[in-house]
Amino acid sequence: MIRDTTLGSKLWAAAIWFLVGFFVINLFAMIATVVTSSFATRWLGTWLPVAFTTRWYSSAWSEFQLWDVLMVTFQVIAAVVFISGALGVTAAYALARRDFAGKRLLILLFLLPLMIPPITFGIPLATVLYQTGLAGTFWGVVAANLVPTVPFVILVMIPFIEQIDPKIEAAARVFGANTFKLFVHVLLPLLLPGILAALLLVLVRTIAMFELTFLVAGPTSQTLVVALYYAVFAAGVRAVQSIDAMAVIYMVTTLVWLIIALRFVNPTQIVTRAKQQPAH
Amino acid sequence: MDALAPVTPVEHGPSLRQRLAARGFDAVTLLVVPAAIFSLLLFVYPFAFGFVLSFEPKAGGDWLANYKRFFSDPFLYDTIANTLRLAIPVTLINLLLAVPIAFRVRLMRRQRLLTTILVLPITLGTVLVAEGLLNYLGPQGWFNRTLITFGLISQPLKLVHNYWGVFASLVITGFPFTFLLTLSYVTGIDPALEQAAATLGASAWQRFRHVYLPLLMPGFAITFCLSFVQAFSVFPSAVLLGEPAGVTRVISIAAATAAFEEYDYSMASAIAMIMGFVQLAIVVAVLASRGLFYRGPASGAKG
Repeated sequence: MIRDTTLGSKLWAAAIWFLVGFFVINLFAMIATVVTSSFATRWLGTWLPVAFTTRWYSSAWSEFQLWDVLMVTFQVIAAVVFISGALGVTAAYALARRDFAGKRLLILLFLLPLMIPPITFGIPLATVLYQTGLAGTFWGVVAANLVPTVPFVILVMIPFIEQIDPKIEAAARVFGANTFKLFVHVLLPLLLPGILAALLLVLVRTIAMFELTFLVAGPTSQTLVVALYYAVFAAGVRAVQSIDAMAVIYMVTTLVWLIIALRFVNPTQIVTRAKQQPAH
Repeated sequence: MDALAPVTPVEHGPSLRQRLAARGFDAVTLLVVPAAIFSLLLFVYPFAFGFVLSFEPKAGGDWLANYKRFFSDPFLYDTIANTLRLAIPVTLINLLLAVPIAFRVRLMRRQRLLTTILVLPITLGTVLVAEGLLNYLGPQGWFNRTLITFGLISQPLKLVHNYWGVFASLVITGFPFTFLLTLSYVTGIDPALEQAAATLGASAWQRFRHVYLPLLMPGFAITFCLSFVQAFSVFPSAVLLGEPAGVTRVISIAAATAAFEEYDYSMASAIAMIMGFVQLAIVVAVLASRGLFYRGPASGAKG
């Protein structure tokens, strides 16, 4: 490792740590504002609220029918995770192992939904889904959310699969395994860490995916993030603290999953196959 | 004729199956079919449908009526400039912040903790960030209070319900993503290259300018594009934190208004197409300029 000891580089390092510190402090203060407000009784023009209470959580729970919203959210997420895993991993396997005519075109096809903002393809997609009567239903929301997640799984899984030595598969073939057996007994165990990582990221993405759900959701198929948006948008009728309580519930829901995801995957290795530097 | 009945594959050349396998088509290749069909049905078809629909104006008129309306009404065409005024500075700021921080974090032993903290905002979702910033940056929020307590300002700054509110929320939600991408590109470069430059007496700035920058340019181009796409599609925060009728009336608001308030799906599709076009034009321009820089392996010579 190179160590610069000049005054200039020390100042530069200090300036960067100051920037990081400024960002992190403001970030945590912002989160703390929401958390404090969700426990506050009355909070107007002072540093801290007059008193603390937990009643906003119970009122948010009943006011926003949070139980129903959470159930819908988890069902949507479970369906999206399962389907995008099944479609994405199989396609990634074919793309990682075979070279065929039109492969580049297919990869472009899978790259485009990630390069075009959700709201751009979401509006035509919603129009089509409304015409087929699928919009507003549970499966409409699932279908819309799958559009970016299937390509995401494919692109995350391709490097994972390429890392596995094809000789292992060849050996299984020699012993007479067919493609299905190969998948279940050889590839799945080897790929499990990668699949788990990809699916947990899909999960976190889907919880936070606002635009697509917003465009196709009906009153009974709203996920948490859309319900939260409507609560803020129609603010004034409801107490701010109640909305904040809901936002905290939302944050905790995603945070739990993110922390689980980070136990399985190094975030810096999601995008490229950067090799880990040996610890000196 | 009977004598010729047992047809051997040799006479007809390899079977269709073998010929396809030689070109890379076999049972394994077929595994890509479900995902491809899915993408055609739910991405390509709706997009093509929306493209055609945008030429069939709801109110009648000629086929370009939607586009003419968009480009003749400043309330509509200004949204492009409004969006770019937000998206481009936000993307540049995120990238300019991410690069030095990534270079610093690269040298750290406990990268994981800091990266985890910096990744946190990804999970907050734009709605929570909007709600949090409304409280935190508001006139009675902790941010203004702190500045007043320290005597830095006498009047609370107006930071929400304007351009800066949306700007702040885009930086908070966009920075972690930009940072992660940048960090993974930076750590992907073999440190031996930098060590070689240092051995030859290059200063930190020279090593960055002549070793890292050329190698990182392709990665930066992709990072810029992906971050730009995110910032360009800003929607909830522009409504909640900005001034949705004024400076932050971004193009996605115009599209959503057309679709869900006027129920004019034809117009909404036209706006979505314009949005996609503007955004793709910038992405293509950035990726094309990438060709001006070094292309090649970023690992050491011994690979």
